[in-house]
Amino acid sequence: MIQILFFFFAALAVGAAINVLVQKHVLYSALSLILMLTSVSVLFILLRADFLAAIQVIVYAGAIMVLFVFVIMLLNLPRDEDGADRLRWLKFIGIPLGLFFVSLVIATLWNVEPAAATGATLVGSPQAIGQSLFTDFVLPFEATSLLILIALMGAVVFAKKDL
Amino acid sequence: MIEYLTENELALTLLKIVIIFGGVMGGVAYLSWLERKLIARVQMRPGPTRVGPFGLLQPIADGLKFLFKEDVIPTGANRFLYIAAPILSLVPALLSFSVIPFGPVLQVTDLSIGLLFILAITSLGVYGVVLGGWASNSKYPLMGAMRSTAQMISYELSLTLSIVGVLMVSNTLSLADLITSQQGTWLGFIPRWNIFLQPVAFLIYVISAIAETNRLPFDLAESEQELVAGWHTEYSSMKFAMFMLAEYANMVTVSALATIMFLGGWSGPVFGPPALQLVLPVVWFTLKITVFIFAYVLLRSTVPRFRYDQLMKFGWKVLLPLALANILVTSFIVAIS
Repeated sequence: MIQILFFFFAALAVGAAINVLVQKHVLYSALSLILMLTSVSVLFILLRADFLAAIQVIVYAGAIMVLFVFVIMLLNLPRDEDGADRLRWLKFIGIPLGLFFVSLVIATLWNVEPAAATGATLVGSPQAIGQSLFTDFVLPFEATSLLILIALMGAVVFAKKDL
Repeated sequence: MIEYLTENELALTLLKIVIIFGGVMGGVAYLSWLERKLIARVQMRPGPTRVGPFGLLQPIADGLKFLFKEDVIPTGANRFLYIAAPILSLVPALLSFSVIPFGPVLQVTDLSIGLLFILAITSLGVYGVVLGGWASNSKYPLMGAMRSTAQMISYELSLTLSIVGVLMVSNTLSLADLITSQQGTWLGFIPRWNIFLQPVAFLIYVISAIAETNRLPFDLAESEQELVAGWHTEYSSMKFAMFMLAEYANMVTVSALATIMFLGGWSGPVFGPPALQLVLPVVWFTLKITVFIFAYVLLRSTVPRFRYDQLMKFGWKVLLPLALANILVTSFIVAIS
């Protein structure tokens, strides 16, 4: 049962991810991205990381994507945007870079020893995540929050420059 | 029957789903009757009286009428998204009932992250509104959808932050555990409800919840004097009914969540034979929800609508700092005690 669910949602995530790139209309791309993010959160649930799954939906699908859709709607772009010409050279860099990334992922997966099934131990519970965030990973955690704070203040400065 | 159900977990879960789904759908249908009747009484009108005694069969008549209405899709509308939008707003609204405990037994599943699950699911509900407004290819729906998006993003922040205070007091994200943590009394007569520990959080939650569900005085998304009907102006027939059902279901969800977090959920005096003991918590839970629904409807009939800039100012400059201050004070008290 879990395997069927896994393959279904993994296929859905990959299909939606491809659809993000293939779609001509920006709004459909954004919607496919939401579908992809929610399918990935189902995969998190299958891995018993419930907390991560909920956060994935709240942060990505719920908050950021709303802003995303909002911006796209206000711009109301035509089906073929004009900016495509400017980015033509990206095509030639993009393919080797993509291939490099894929080989990197394959190499990593090849070398990794599959972890023994942990069963009932709740690695994904909110307590466990909080525990590790505030003990083992406290420096990266604080550094990330500092980064977000700087980005936030930068956004305010840019938005209020003319006022 | 009972032996079969206790042995067969799947059948028990299915039975619970049927009971909760039927109860919620029936309750939501009669909410429309309650709202019309209450508002009518506030405005010194009799309200629906023709269909059945006290107009009690009115929701059934309304439902039949919705079914037989012509289903219009405006020209130039984006067909796929126009049809998907009502579904996208009704499904999340109903999904959140899968974790709400209506009683000690009557809960489909108790997730360890139940509260976050509801927040995640309800945050997806905004897509129905946005896409419905955009796909209609009409200016009033687009305006309504834009307002609603901005409003929902703003008030979701203070809603979520007001919950944090409760979480610090009760130390759990599971809805069933939240209720059990509020069992018992102080001094023998004051129930150990979180509302007495977190009164500020309760106020912030209730206000933001009204804004989240797009109800008066925060119903700028559909404000009928300016935008005809907001994001669902172009919708008719069952699609319109689905939007309405989603709105009422969301009202029940936020009221149920307020009951669970602040008013002790299904806890209340339980007595009598076993069958009665099984039913009584559900009765208490429903009664507590009904109190919130009454407040909702009475607010709608007595308070004028906010202006848009007032709404944004109130959300960002009053509710959000207040919620943050509440977290600060609560964490300080939790840390020293």
